[in-house]
Amino acid sequence: MLRLEPRPAPSRAWTWASPLLALAVTVLIGVVMFAVLGKDPVRGLQVFFWEPIKSAYALGELGVKATPLLLIALGLAVCFRSNVWNIGAEGQFVIGAIAAGGVALLADKDTGRWIVVAILLAGVLGGMAWAGVTAFLRDRFNAGEILVSLMLVYVAIQVLGYLVYGPWKDPAGYNFPQTRTFDAVTQTPKLMVGSRVNVGALLALAGSALLWVFLFRTRAGFAQQVGGLAPAAARYAGFSSRRALWTALLISGGTAGLAGALEVAGPLGQLTPYVPAGYGFAAIIVAFVGRLHPFGMVLAAILMSMFYIGGELAQSRLGLPKSLTGVFQGLLLFALLACDTLVNYRVRVGSTK
Amino acid sequence: MDAYALLLAATLNAGTVLALAALGLLINEKAGIVNLGAEGIMLCAAIAGFATVVHTGNDWLGFAAGMAAGALLAAIFGWLVIWLNTNQYATGLALSLFGVGFSAFVGIGYVQAKLPERPQYHWLGLGDIPLIGPALFRHHPLVYGAMLLAAGLIWFLYRTRAGLVLRSVGESPESAHALGYPVRRIRLLAVVAGGALCGLAGAYLSIIYTPLWVEGMVAGKGWIALALTTFATWRPARVLLGAYLFGGVTMLQFHLQGQGVQVPSQFLTMLPYLATIVVLALISRNPTWIRVNMPASLGKPFHPGS
Repeated sequence: MLRLEPRPAPSRAWTWASPLLALAVTVLIGVVMFAVLGKDPVRGLQVFFWEPIKSAYALGELGVKATPLLLIALGLAVCFRSNVWNIGAEGQFVIGAIAAGGVALLADKDTGRWIVVAILLAGVLGGMAWAGVTAFLRDRFNAGEILVSLMLVYVAIQVLGYLVYGPWKDPAGYNFPQTRTFDAVTQTPKLMVGSRVNVGALLALAGSALLWVFLFRTRAGFAQQVGGLAPAAARYAGFSSRRALWTALLISGGTAGLAGALEVAGPLGQLTPYVPAGYGFAAIIVAFVGRLHPFGMVLAAILMSMFYIGGELAQSRLGLPKSLTGVFQGLLLFALLACDTLVNYRVRVGSTK
Repeated sequence: MDAYALLLAATLNAGTVLALAALGLLINEKAGIVNLGAEGIMLCAAIAGFATVVHTGNDWLGFAAGMAAGALLAAIFGWLVIWLNTNQYATGLALSLFGVGFSAFVGIGYVQAKLPERPQYHWLGLGDIPLIGPALFRHHPLVYGAMLLAAGLIWFLYRTRAGLVLRSVGESPESAHALGYPVRRIRLLAVVAGGALCGLAGAYLSIIYTPLWVEGMVAGKGWIALALTTFATWRPARVLLGAYLFGGVTMLQFHLQGQGVQVPSQFLTMLPYLATIVVLALISRNPTWIRVNMPASLGKPFHPGS
């Protein structure tokens, strides 16, 4: 019988090794799953782990998907570190996209490039407002943020549906539920020719550095985290838990909204019912796999982005549903949580009491 | 007249999905475990049940398959959170994300599948009574099963020794452990039972309620079921009432649409989610309701000897 024995201190080696082991376990389960369902496992692995990195174009696409994942995860890390369980980033992303789309619709051919800034700002504010609802209900009514933020995802998706089927529908769009394509001037600047990676990728990386400074080099960042680790100590030190709640939710709503705006003013270029692509949920896994560390999350976002592209390729190449992405993402989080046991516990052979 | 009977009937039907899942989650939570994986469990069970009925033509085998799928997924979740002490929220989320993807993956071949002819029910010859006949006496047996389940759960939790032990494990696992109860095994059992009921709810949804398979068809009902346990302040009878109330809200949108109410359908679809938020806020604002009734160790890990 295997037995878990608490370590006197968390193992540093396993802190690093555990995500790698988790990835290995995920791949292994994936292989078994492909085999059981009668698909060629080697082909499946190729699609998920080799094709997304084999060419410059593929790498660019990796960056396109990693950008929103990283941005949202950065905000979520602030939440989770302060023990605020915002799992409605998907909704904040959607509202950010809607707000940004609303501004983008105002642009015409005489509009200046400044409109891009206005679009991104609108996205941030939209996301903050949506997260603010959760913060308000938690603060004022003590309503659990998990369920409230999640229910707001469904509400946000319906708001989007209302707009693209209703008032914002493109009259020249053959009755498709979509807005008109936004003016070229609303497009965020691209980083290189022949790739869809845009300035958002740089913003996400800068955000990562900024988060590192905030968390580990400022008093406010420290105060933000103490409540999550030791609520009693935070109270004793006079750190306000209300402020921590609002800060966490507004930051994460803002980053999710920004991610939504960058999608609108970048790869999407219009609003459709397919704006919610699950980035808000996948970013939760990015945050955990990246250990809530600004730089760890960069790597995790790239990995998750591979799963996204793998899922799309699995659809076109293997005739499998795109939702395979979610299978691998969920498996990875499962595996990581299980492997993290090794950080705090030693596995011993012996009887359990 | 008939429209209201239909509305009431549909309310009971819709409420049954929520009631089965929420009563299952109540068992979990009474033992101190929050399972945010309910949505994923329900989806996997929905496709497991649906596929089974497509192949065997037997609804009851379908329900059994759904329950088995739910119990299996819950067992994995339980093993992770109870034995490996993983974070309950994160593990549940992983289960939901996995379940959403996995059910779509497995279900790809069943999107167009048709189920065999549905039997009609007519209980005790009462189905012909005007108004209340169609509203109350023409339902699938599981609709009454959910009511019986709530009654059984009240008896079990508050009138039996096993129920007392289950509650003590959720209130104070340390004391239960000190008294010699196998806390982790009891918790796992509760989680598996809860998962099986969520599975039954998912199977009921795809076999009886809809009846078809569509990707993501649970559409947040797992999360609403989670919210229901809080609304009900962890009381089985209130869970049942809450489930019918929400079933009613869900049905109201179709009713209003049928009446030609000039509101965009999206706003009607929002109703159950908005109602969840509003009721959650109203219930939670009274801290004594929540604090007195909530199992004291809800969501907290327990590791014997640490």
